[in-house]
Amino acid sequence: MSLFPTIFLRLLTTLITLFGVAVIIFVIIRVVPGNPIAMMLPPGATDADIQRLQALYGFDKSILEQFLIWISDVVRGDFGTSISLRQPVLNLVLERLPATLELSIIALILAVAIGLTLAITGTRLRGSRFESLIDMTNGIALSLPDFLWALLLILLFGVLWPLFHISGRISPALDLPFTSQFYLFESLLRLRLDLSLDLLSHMFMPALAMAIPLAAIIGQLLKQSLKETMHLDYVTLSRTKGYSENHVIIREALPNAILPTLTLIGVQFTFLIGGTVIIERLFSYEGLGNMAIDAVINRDLPLIQGIVILFALIFTLVNLIVDMSYALLNPRLRHA
Amino acid sequence: MNISRRNLLKISTAAAALVSLPTTVFSQITIDELVIAYNVNLPSWDPTVGPSAVNPTIQGIYQSVFDLFIAQNPDLSFKPGLITDWGWNDDNSKIHMTVREGVVWHDGSPFTAEDVVWSLERAGNPETGNPIQFIWGKIGNYSIDGNKITADVLQFEPTIFKWMSFLTGYILPKAYYEQVGAEGFEAAPIGTGPYKVDKFERNAYVRLKANPDYWGEKPDFETVTIKFVTDASSRVAEIASGNSHVTLEMPYEEYDRLKEKSGLAGIAKPISDIGMIFLNDIEVMKDPNVRMAAAHAINKQLIIDRLLSGYGVAIDTLQTPDYTAYDSSITVPYDPEKSKALLAASGYSLDNPVKFKIQSTRGFKPKDYEMVQAIVGLWRKVGIEAEIEVYEIAKHYELRAADQLAPAAFYNWGNAIGDPTTSTGFSMFGPSPHSVWDGQDLIDKILPLWGEADESKRIAGWKEVDRFVAQEALVIPLLQYVQPVLHVAGVKVTPHASGALLPQLMYRA
Repeated sequence: MSLFPTIFLRLLTTLITLFGVAVIIFVIIRVVPGNPIAMMLPPGATDADIQRLQALYGFDKSILEQFLIWISDVVRGDFGTSISLRQPVLNLVLERLPATLELSIIALILAVAIGLTLAITGTRLRGSRFESLIDMTNGIALSLPDFLWALLLILLFGVLWPLFHISGRISPALDLPFTSQFYLFESLLRLRLDLSLDLLSHMFMPALAMAIPLAAIIGQLLKQSLKETMHLDYVTLSRTKGYSENHVIIREALPNAILPTLTLIGVQFTFLIGGTVIIERLFSYEGLGNMAIDAVINRDLPLIQGIVILFALIFTLVNLIVDMSYALLNPRLRHA
Repeated sequence: MNISRRNLLKISTAAAALVSLPTTVFSQITIDELVIAYNVNLPSWDPTVGPSAVNPTIQGIYQSVFDLFIAQNPDLSFKPGLITDWGWNDDNSKIHMTVREGVVWHDGSPFTAEDVVWSLERAGNPETGNPIQFIWGKIGNYSIDGNKITADVLQFEPTIFKWMSFLTGYILPKAYYEQVGAEGFEAAPIGTGPYKVDKFERNAYVRLKANPDYWGEKPDFETVTIKFVTDASSRVAEIASGNSHVTLEMPYEEYDRLKEKSGLAGIAKPISDIGMIFLNDIEVMKDPNVRMAAAHAINKQLIIDRLLSGYGVAIDTLQTPDYTAYDSSITVPYDPEKSKALLAASGYSLDNPVKFKIQSTRGFKPKDYEMVQAIVGLWRKVGIEAEIEVYEIAKHYELRAADQLAPAAFYNWGNAIGDPTTSTGFSMFGPSPHSVWDGQDLIDKILPLWGEADESKRIAGWKEVDRFVAQEALVIPLLQYVQPVLHVAGVKVTPHASGALLPQLMYRA
């Protein structure tokens, strides 16, 4: 059996999933209390004014009619116009997505780096009191949610020792030569290290706040895997060959032990993007999450729909890529 | 790993050095670019359309870039703006306005009477989506003679000129808007205001440059960056770290703590925003004894002192002391014994309390839920058992528009022009979508006031309405909010009673 039908089948299920998400979100945000028209009613509005505003935004039709109009527009690539921002939804979400992706990627890199360090150090110092210290550190990192880490970091490195920027994505005074919204990647490509440093200085605290709980999960899982691998015969053999403990852990045990962690990282990345909602708000970071909160507060239904669909698309695509990677790497799964 | 004494000393020295790293020294700050941490985002640059047009908090940003038809002083009084003179003819069938001469738009093009008429016609056109169209549509058939404009009064509206200083009362550039369209205007807005938009990153900041051709007082700061920092704790961190020079709306405890810090200062003044409890004429609220008992059982000053650190002004009508129709003789004193007697007259007691639901937001306004909790506690002492339902502000709007609020519902009400129509009028007039009190007697009292041409009679009429509302306890006014503003000592901030934080009213100290 070739890989093509598998991919086709997954793409088909992805489309069905997205359609399901579209239906659910469309209905839910219209059923929950709070409608955007009531929020923009002027003090002296009459019933006629209310009707006029409802017709203007298309809320005078039934939910089914509204859905059919919206979904047929979506198929043509038109996600509607934001009620509060008065811009096309697709432009708005695509404009913000790069900021969120860059933040999530930096957070992931930090999480992996910290998690690896914790796991390897914990394995290297196993049996000593420092292993307990690392386990305790992991426990603390896991038990506090990311927004609390964010507040702690703001207090430490924003107020007490103001080393990093507390809010925003880039300093307003800087001139931006960017042609895309991927500011960090573009600044690196253009070798504008001054801009890269400014961007990183803004991203460091939010990224670290998101990374700490994930780093703890990675650290725990990898340390456990390493512990099991360290008892395998081939590791014992390499140790008897006289290799140093560091070499045994990093060069021999780690490549095998890291596989379950890689799976976890793939899955956790999607959660990391979801976690940007609160963190972006706390740091006034101009990403998709921050915009999502505003959209909910303002009951900006078209924008909420657009953001949720985009998040769902990212989730399903990441899962699809992870699954396809397994299938490519492991022929047994392909034929299962 | 071994920790030797030498290592321990090294670590201790490093830690001490880290702790002594230069934290912000406010007194040494020389401000070239003023940075303000603002509490809301700016969703759209068109101040006349969509939900942001009626969001009072955003008006401060709009007023930095655009001018209102008629300007407003920090004490809410009116003054000549782009319209320098205005008024009615003898029989109130026409209005006239004189347009300021010598004003230019941010792109250098001349500002004319055409811009004023176009802005008014656009505002009055239902198809443009102006939420205040119901006011602007009351005048029409404009004619221009030089810098004089006259218009027919299609429906008499005594507050029309006050609205010219209020929501959506901005003049936009006719030629530029028609040339670039709505999207072009969003991308590069221009006005006649004291500041030009230099750079705008949605959800992040707007950078403003002083308008060298501004017709009024030149702003003190050449460059101003307004950061949108919607989280209160982040705003506190912004000012505490020195990243921002001015911020507003933080917990009063934080305000009190930070304003005492060296290099920081604070200013807290009452603004045109009040806290109140809507009473819906359903269930037990139809009983005047219950309503009056609920009103007299609330110790407003105690709530302000205990929960708001004393920042608030107790009120007994929907008018604050700054408003035109404020009448200090109308009072609803705290009198729990009277409450008990009123309830007893309706058969209620501590053992047989009257029961109803009160709705409240949680965190929408400072200590809103806590205030309602305190009120419920005070009510319990006189024989009222209220169950609190927490809801989102969006649900409040929806329920209020549908006249489905609970018997009692906490809310706040803004009125930046201080007129009684925009406080008591719209919140208590039964047919208004914002009123949940539908009593015909009140409707009959309010109805003639909408079209009253004699200003002194009109204001006196509204005072009588307020007296009736207070006597019958048709609503429970609680307090006028105080807006806390923190700033570095190098900046002098002039607060505006509307609550708008205006960079043009900030000066180097």
